[in-house]
Amino acid sequence: MTMTLEELQGIARIEQDRQGGFSHHVNVCIAAGCLSCQSGQVRAAFEKEVARRGLENWCQVKGVGCLGLCTAGPLVAVEPAGTLYQNVAVGDVPELLDALGASPVARLDAADHAGFFERQRKIVLENCGRIDPERIEDYIAEEGYQALYQALRGMSPREVIDQVTVSGLRGRGGAGFPTGLKWTTVAKAPEGEKYVICNADEGDPGAFMDRSVLESDPQRVLEGMAIAAYAVGASRGYLYVRAEYPLAVKRLRTAIAQAERLGLLGRDIFNTPFGFEVKVRLGAGAFVCGEETALIASIEGRLGRPRPRPPFPAEFGLWGRPTLINNVETFANIPPIIRKGGEWFAGIGTAKSKGTKVFALAGRIRNTGLIEVPMGTPLREIVFEIGGGIPDGRRFKAVQTGGPSGGCIPEQFLDMPVDYESLAQVGSIMGSGGMIVMDDSSCMVDVARFFIEFCMSESCGKCAPCRVGTAQIHHLLAKITRGAGRPADLTLLEELCDLVRHTSLCGLGQTAPNPVMSTLHYFREEYTAHIEERRCLAGTCRAASLEEAL
Amino acid sequence: MTPTETLTGKRHRTDVNPMRVLTLKMDGQDVSAREDETLLTVARQNGIRIPTLCHLNGLSERGACRLCIVEIKGQARLAAACVTLARQDMEVSTRSPRVLEFRRRILELIFSERNHICAVCVSNGHCDLQDLAVELGMTHVRYEYMYPRHEVDASHPRFSVDHNRCVLCLRCVRVCDEVEGAHTWDIMRRGIAARVITDMNQPWGTAASCTGCGKCVEVCPTGALSEKGRSVAEMKKGREFLPYLQMMRRDELH
Repeated sequence: MTMTLEELQGIARIEQDRQGGFSHHVNVCIAAGCLSCQSGQVRAAFEKEVARRGLENWCQVKGVGCLGLCTAGPLVAVEPAGTLYQNVAVGDVPELLDALGASPVARLDAADHAGFFERQRKIVLENCGRIDPERIEDYIAEEGYQALYQALRGMSPREVIDQVTVSGLRGRGGAGFPTGLKWTTVAKAPEGEKYVICNADEGDPGAFMDRSVLESDPQRVLEGMAIAAYAVGASRGYLYVRAEYPLAVKRLRTAIAQAERLGLLGRDIFNTPFGFEVKVRLGAGAFVCGEETALIASIEGRLGRPRPRPPFPAEFGLWGRPTLINNVETFANIPPIIRKGGEWFAGIGTAKSKGTKVFALAGRIRNTGLIEVPMGTPLREIVFEIGGGIPDGRRFKAVQTGGPSGGCIPEQFLDMPVDYESLAQVGSIMGSGGMIVMDDSSCMVDVARFFIEFCMSESCGKCAPCRVGTAQIHHLLAKITRGAGRPADLTLLEELCDLVRHTSLCGLGQTAPNPVMSTLHYFREEYTAHIEERRCLAGTCRAASLEEAL
Repeated sequence: MTPTETLTGKRHRTDVNPMRVLTLKMDGQDVSAREDETLLTVARQNGIRIPTLCHLNGLSERGACRLCIVEIKGQARLAAACVTLARQDMEVSTRSPRVLEFRRRILELIFSERNHICAVCVSNGHCDLQDLAVELGMTHVRYEYMYPRHEVDASHPRFSVDHNRCVLCLRCVRVCDEVEGAHTWDIMRRGIAARVITDMNQPWGTAASCTGCGKCVEVCPTGALSEKGRSVAEMKKGREFLPYLQMMRRDELH
């Protein structure tokens, strides 16, 4: 079946009419965070209660994707009143229904979190918390697949790439490689079988941006991939998702089946010769499979270990064919860029970092959750305005960005704009968007030890510097936190970091020392306190073992 | 050279034209190369010694031990000579102080990883790892030894494997797959816990796929794989079969 524009608009209209027919909408968050605190039961209770009262035609109960404020789940948004309820329990349902059309239930109102929402700007997450991720019609009603139609019927592949280039979009997986340039490279590779891969092997500790996008708006990623495939001349795509995201996988599979049913994936899309088919591949838990060459090996059924580059995947990728690999968030940015034009996107953000960035706020911060802000937003605004600051009256100490490949940014850089260059300048990286906030109860040596332990156990073991080097660094840090460190260990530590960083085969090893180097640079006094005074300034490294060492 | 680390050698890099020749500078010396030749090949043709461990003529390249790192002018990252192809006007430095220092430290790391005690090793005096230590001037190991506990598998009637001396170069895995075609050897686990296995981690003696050819023993750089009945320093390895097989395979590819 092929779809025409009229049919697509027809679906959108029917859906909009259907939704417009309701006087009230109760949107219950059913992304993983809220589901884990029983939002599924809350949703069922709403449905049951609405049915019991015979209000089915008056009030619509809908499961929606992530509403962002994960710390206060289960979340329920009521439209058109625009009220957000937090910590909703099954027992609250009748009361909330009574309040429809009247004044909101103050007890559960999340109005005090207004700062969390006000400063955000949503592009990637524009549909999160608004549409039902398990119904394609909902997505189509929000201009879904318009961009694909526009690209296929009104633009040449070159023009699509030009728009992406003009937009200034850079890879959201972490390294920030210009997306337009990557697409051009793959498009220029000789014709023949090519592949598009979506990297959804999100593995940084504390990061859940890609998971939320896939759970909340899977169709957007599929549409972005299809546009990319058209632009580079591919007809097959793979979505590499880690198996630890069962809900994302389930919703993706549903989304793919629904898109295929409507002819939005498959052959002759929108009556053009362009066809695109997508398959889901599951990662089995190795962090290193997020590295592109290891990911490709894993899809091919081989051992998930990186290989030296060049040749780059753009030239020699999946099964030896030219392959485009982008991250979930990168693909999610594509439909709005095509719909509204690259210029529009380039108008947001800073000179070198365009658009918005999704961050997962975690750690010692009041509003744990998912946010999207324009590039260049000051760190202080993210932590204190959106994040609501540090709980329990404690003091801000540092924020860790970029996961195990990133660094810790101390207080003196809080007014720095968050973009690719600024973060790199202070020894961290943008990374995929994990942001872990630490207060004065966090020992920075222990933080460094945690991240290097992660890298050590996730190192594939192929190259010697990463395999043995990370283990040696971990050994030294464990020794220091235990109170058994010697002054010479710091020199050795720096030397090892330098070695692992410069001689490792892939990005994992090359960036693994970053958390250690940045804490050594900004929080050296904590290291020396452990070594010389056998004292942990934050008081978290067990005092007992420190004294023992004396 | 085999394309990527694909063990079968059936896939070829598309960015290489083996018909083209070019010139480049290596340690200040003008040298010529074919476009499909690696920096390591070119260096060896010109009498420039670059130390290697995982590399072995006749097997596919892995670029994993990182001992063959070199500096290339205008390139921030160090490159492994065994997997980097020669390019026109490249300026390669194989012996800069920085590179020499890094190589020595990598070797120290490898020595610290397992239990390499030469005095009681069957390969003492005939060991690539030991030779490298001498060559790179590694007089001592500054990192703490990890002293892992590893088993010895002597279940095979003729050979034995001592994981304490394995450096994870995977020469055995490659020769078994690429030359013998048996693929008895493989690797399990990740990172520091990785180790080579026979079949699905069965004792070597019960590995049904093993043909008992002994090629893995011959290519092993250390005393990890040895023939039974050899005492300290008696295990000499013979790799004469490899250049011949390499020649055969090159004919097959072209």
